[in-house]
Amino acid sequence: MTMTEPRTSPEVGGMGHSVKRKEDPRFIRGAGEYIDDVNLPGQLWLDIVRSPYAHATIKGIDSSEALKVPGVLAVITGKDLEGYKLHWMPTLAGDNQMVLPTDTVMYQSQEVAAVIATSRYAASDGVAAVFVDYEPLPVVTNPYKALEAGAPVLRPDRGAEKQSNHIWHWQSGDAGKADAALAASPVRVKEHIYIPRIHVASIETCGIVADWDPVRSQLTMHMTTQAPHAIRTVVALVAAAAGLPISEQNIRVKTHDIGGGFGGKVPVYPGYVLAVAASFLIGKPVKWIEDRSENLQADSFARDYHIDIEMGATEDGRIQAMKVKTIADHGYTDAAADPSKFPAGLFNVITGSYDFDNAFVEVDGVYTNKPPGGVAYRCSFRVTEAVHAVERMVDVLAHEIGKDPAQLRMENFIKPEQFPYKTPTGWEYDSGDYGRALQKALDLIGYDDLRKEQAEKRARGELMGIGISSFTEIVGAGPSHDFDILGLKMFDSCEIRVHPTGKVLARIGVQTQGQGHETTFAQIIAEELGFPVSDIKIEYGDTDTAPYGLGTYASRSTPVAGAATAVAARKVRDKARKLAAHLLEASEEDLEWEPGKFSVKGSPDRFKTIQEISLAAYTNHPQGMEAGLEAVDYYDPPNLTFPFGSYICVVDIDKGTGQVHIRRFVAVDDCGNIINPMIVDGQIHGGLTMGLAPALYEEIRYDELGNNLAGTFLDYLVPTAVETPAWELEKTVTPSPHHPIGAKGVGESATVGAPPAIANAVVDALWHLGVRNIDIPITPQKVWTILNEKGVN
Amino acid sequence: MTTQHVTLTVNGEAREADVEPRLLLVHLLRDVFGLTGTHIGCDTSHCGACTVHVDGVSAKSCTMLAVQADGHEIKTIEGMADGANLHPLQQAFWDQHGLQCGFCTPGMIMQAAWLLDENPEPSEAEIREGIGGNLCRCTGYVNIVKAIQQAAGELSAAESAPVVAAATTEGQAVTAEPAAAG
Repeated sequence: MTMTEPRTSPEVGGMGHSVKRKEDPRFIRGAGEYIDDVNLPGQLWLDIVRSPYAHATIKGIDSSEALKVPGVLAVITGKDLEGYKLHWMPTLAGDNQMVLPTDTVMYQSQEVAAVIATSRYAASDGVAAVFVDYEPLPVVTNPYKALEAGAPVLRPDRGAEKQSNHIWHWQSGDAGKADAALAASPVRVKEHIYIPRIHVASIETCGIVADWDPVRSQLTMHMTTQAPHAIRTVVALVAAAAGLPISEQNIRVKTHDIGGGFGGKVPVYPGYVLAVAASFLIGKPVKWIEDRSENLQADSFARDYHIDIEMGATEDGRIQAMKVKTIADHGYTDAAADPSKFPAGLFNVITGSYDFDNAFVEVDGVYTNKPPGGVAYRCSFRVTEAVHAVERMVDVLAHEIGKDPAQLRMENFIKPEQFPYKTPTGWEYDSGDYGRALQKALDLIGYDDLRKEQAEKRARGELMGIGISSFTEIVGAGPSHDFDILGLKMFDSCEIRVHPTGKVLARIGVQTQGQGHETTFAQIIAEELGFPVSDIKIEYGDTDTAPYGLGTYASRSTPVAGAATAVAARKVRDKARKLAAHLLEASEEDLEWEPGKFSVKGSPDRFKTIQEISLAAYTNHPQGMEAGLEAVDYYDPPNLTFPFGSYICVVDIDKGTGQVHIRRFVAVDDCGNIINPMIVDGQIHGGLTMGLAPALYEEIRYDELGNNLAGTFLDYLVPTAVETPAWELEKTVTPSPHHPIGAKGVGESATVGAPPAIANAVVDALWHLGVRNIDIPITPQKVWTILNEKGVN
Repeated sequence: MTTQHVTLTVNGEAREADVEPRLLLVHLLRDVFGLTGTHIGCDTSHCGACTVHVDGVSAKSCTMLAVQADGHEIKTIEGMADGANLHPLQQAFWDQHGLQCGFCTPGMIMQAAWLLDENPEPSEAEIREGIGGNLCRCTGYVNIVKAIQQAAGELSAAESAPVVAAATTEGQAVTAEPAAAG
């Protein structure tokens, strides 16, 4: 059902109300509890020795001077861990990653040794005093060169049959049909598009306080993770494989407050494992807090996709076919958190919002001497890369045949009546109304007037561009028949307990890193049961108490755990109905529900409120009925959800400096039914800014020796309030037909949709000069160089 | 290692400690005094999560040594509310959804407070320029700007209301009771 108006009162605060956030009072007072705020009695500090080389043999590690530093207690090396079989660990993609190397380092800033000391500063002093003797090895940073015969084999540990840097091949669609349809297409456009390596750079870095209690055999990990239960299970499996006496019932992961995630806090980093190992060996709590430089240089990265894409169309621009060949640079290990069947994530959503029958997509993963790649940047599953490629190509096609890009999109969109729509690469889109969203964006920005203005400006030699992106997102992983991480199915969960006084405690299997779950999940329960939001407490991030779930990433909280919450609430309501029938001496069939009470049909004055029913569950339940009012649900979604939107960006380009100025940016989003409009807008604001960032500013580049050229905030340009435009937002509402509350997820839509709108606007401003594509980030230097080559200045 | 004795005022309270000369002010506040509301987000003075006031002026406390604060007055996010009464900026950040993960928020509020001290009626461009040294990864700054505009309006109103203004230096007296969460 399409929800455009709230059904509950503002006091109840169910879906559709912009309820102020329940988590904010602690944050605005500085009373949040982030990982570096956690300090335990007797706590020691861990700091990490890192490699200056991208590829080198370790000839020796001399810790003797470090051990003389006051406060330094121990130095742990890979050889030490090898004794406990803890020098390697699995990644979430099923690859292996070193905790510490025993003989070879594989990327600059890789962990080489850990120093344990009595204070933050002493640990740092110890790091400076560890002497490591390296012998540099040949470095491969270009994935195409890594695939050449004779390239150094970076991962000999994979066994004799895998002596190349090729990790995996993955494909989707029908190559024969795509080739035939391309050959038959009178218009063919082709581009090479590089989506650079970027880093989420959440303002809080990663950290852990690992607390092994040898007396109780209890391991508590206070840590920054977006997936606490999965981490607990992985730690239990690794400990079991190593023969350590740490079993899952005695492992507790607690997240506290997390200062931004965006996917960067999904993987298991060596620092976490080192702190656990150190605590286990020493028997005291050990704290590791990453520096920003370590965070930017060694944590897992996103993107790094080299895409060759070709599109075929009729002469008037009806898309007929698409073929895509991609090289995915994963660094020295595949640390992606992709579901195991999908090593390239959901990249085959690359056919986008368009209706055509023939597509073939293939991706090859490659090792290079870079830190682990393939994790998220506010989009885990390669949707951003796919959307950028298809939306760029639609614009190239439109310009090539001289058709307006908005018109070409309208003519190629999947129509509302075609849903559910099966794509040529195997997805079934649940719902959509793409034309409505684009029309709304065109109207809002005044598209026709802008095109007139652009023509006038071009005649005067001024550079102005208008860029569109009409994206389809794919979120809510996922249905258990297709989606798992290391075998763990990607369901999610909610447990609801109603107390006798009519107050509610609910625990969820997902984790908030700023999304506001304490508020929005309470709103789902308020909507379903009629308790006011202020009477509902949401807990998460403690594996001893929360039901098992796969965590928060890939915009899956609302599609999966949100659904579980609604279903659990409905189970509570089913029992409440039985209690109400007992209290009202009526049959269940004779009762009708409105949020907050059951009444007898035809006798509206005979009713029981949900609060009265809650009390009865503990004080006056019928003979034979279990006491209490509780429910739990583990939700296995029948399909993914497919949010969408149309964005339009207007840019002016300074011919003298090459600077791109975003004059306006209109974003029309459709995420289905909305739980909290204020929070949805906030998510879109943030998502757009994390789309702007890689479009114009951010890139982690490496030189030929594997040196990271953007390893601090000096060189890695996170947008400030000065560069960020005042985003203009609008919505359409097309509910997901299979989701219990018709919601779809929204956290990543804007990060997915924004970059091609910006890139298309810049290319639109320069197309008449012969420019077809500029790889992001579109820096002033790139634009200035093009303008000079084209003789503009 | 030798230490040095420092005496300073933090949120109106006299504090002292023996510190290593190299100890950063932010670590004195967080690790020695337990005032963990001031955060650390980078190691190059770019992110502003550690912003505090030193003698009423905004400063990045990761870029100052504790010994440099000897004899000075420090104000942190913990000193902004007057008991249950939020500072107008704290209230405005809540009202306008000016925070998500909350990690940049203390530094952002401290920077905004100083900005409004210097320029009580800033334009949007001046606000954006004024918080240009504070990074936020969640909000896209839209609602932070709105929050600062709301607080600017309330603080100026407090300034122009003589009776109330006499009773407060920071406008708490005109701040509404914090609304119940939700």
